[in-house]
Amino acid sequence: MCLAVPGKVLEIEDREGTRMAVVDFGGVVKEVCLEYLPDLQVGEYTIVHVGFALQRLDEESARQTLALFEGLGLLEEEFGDQWAIAAKAAGAEQPTDDAPGGDAHGGPQRDEEARA
Amino acid sequence: MKYLEEFQDPRLARRLLDEIHAVTTRPWALMEVCGGQTHSIIRHGIDQLLPEQVELIHGPGCPVCVTPLETIDKALEIASRPGVIFCSFGDMLRVPGSDRDLFQVRSHGGDVRVVYSPLDALRIAQQNPEREVVFFGIGFETTAPPNAMTVYQAEKLGVKNFSMLVSHVRVPPAIEALMTSPDCRVQAFLAAGHVCSVMGTEEYPELAERFRVPIVVTGFEPLDILEGVRRAVIQLERGDHRVENAYERAVRPEGNPAARRMLADVFEVTDRPWRGIGTIPASGWRLSERYRPYDAEHRFEVGDIATQEPAACRSGEVLQGLLKPHECEAFGTTCTPRTPLGATMVSSEGACAAYYLYRRLGGPVAAAAPTAMEASPVG
Ligand code: SF4
Repeated sequence: MCLAVPGKVLEIEDREGTRMAVVDFGGVVKEVCLEYLPDLQVGEYTIVHVGFALQRLDEESARQTLALFEGLGLLEEEFGDQWAIAAKAAGAEQPTDDAPGGDAHGGPQRDEEARA
Repeated sequence: MKYLEEFQDPRLARRLLDEIHAVTTRPWALMEVCGGQTHSIIRHGIDQLLPEQVELIHGPGCPVCVTPLETIDKALEIASRPGVIFCSFGDMLRVPGSDRDLFQVRSHGGDVRVVYSPLDALRIAQQNPEREVVFFGIGFETTAPPNAMTVYQAEKLGVKNFSMLVSHVRVPPAIEALMTSPDCRVQAFLAAGHVCSVMGTEEYPELAERFRVPIVVTGFEPLDILEGVRRAVIQLERGDHRVENAYERAVRPEGNPAARRMLADVFEVTDRPWRGIGTIPASGWRLSERYRPYDAEHRFEVGDIATQEPAACRSGEVLQGLLKPHECEAFGTTCTPRTPLGATMVSSEGACAAYYLYRRLGGPVAAAAPTAMEASPVG
């Protein structure tokens, strides 16, 4: 639920008086509210939680975290079809025993991280 | 067989581990507060790479797990009503209520929608003025500002058919409750990094001082956790009890001031029951007087709900770090992610789910750890 994912600000616009941005999360592009980081600029990185930019991040940390999340299948978990994920968990075959880091992309794991 | 290979920088991981091993002279019990950290620890086998004397106790920081059963039942009741569009984060879909979950409500015709952001729910309300749109607002201090902003926007834009079922929780009162419990074994805390991205670190010195307990603000990635453990153990060995920030790249001492201002405007502190644990004073937020019209509990009559928790489920003890998931008799037998008895088996942040996915039967993982360390491309 509360994975916070780093992303890069691509565009900024005002919508109905609210500062919104288009943010790129390693290829997945989402709309993000900038009201809590109003001075964030195009090209900067931020950590985003449920569609809100919460804190600036330097580019290198952002890239490293994104690469890690991608490798662990977390981006798919965060931005994928939640009904499909829930359905899979509900009807999933039991995972294999040697699971650590195993089936990060397709299995019934719900391995979101970075929660609070 | 991955372990250190899975760490982004195996050499750094090794160095941190070596240092933790070198400084540890006595047994210590550290609690990671946040469920995201628990997940990361179990997934990467961090607890098994640490010295035997350093125990990680898993904390209550999974918002999905601690949302009170009564609130889940209210959500299910509201979501079942004709005319309602019930919006939620995906994690809540399979959290068991007394007799069903949101997934089942939807398959019986309820209009349940998953949103990425609470603002999406507000947009759905704007697009469906003839329907009541309710958003399930749960979460810790990280999620509360987005939800607060959404209620603020609803008022500003005059969206009358939007409301929120609010069940927010706060970390510091939970730390206090844990520390004052007679069963408490915790000697140091790894505080939840993203909570502190919003709230900063100002709430913690008082707790560190009062309970003489080191509190290290820690991130979620494997290396972050090792660094948090390293700093906590060094403090413990020296007899210190300070607040340290081991997650400086995302946490400033003042947190996010704009978010904190919005929280203070939209929410007010309230006592909150935590599922499996009981009521913790001042541990929650509800909508403030001014925003009460947007409170789904006021808008919908959902007064008398009789809740029933499965007797076998010991998630309360798991959430307080008193029991490891595999010590619960139902674990892996009557309780699995497919047929969860407790929320801790459903949520991605729940300790029971993490153990089930990565640590079931205990054996192979524990045995493999040292070898994996040797075999990893270190040095
Ligand atoms: S294993 Fe299942 S029944 Fe046991 S505490 Fe965890 S969620 Fe509850």
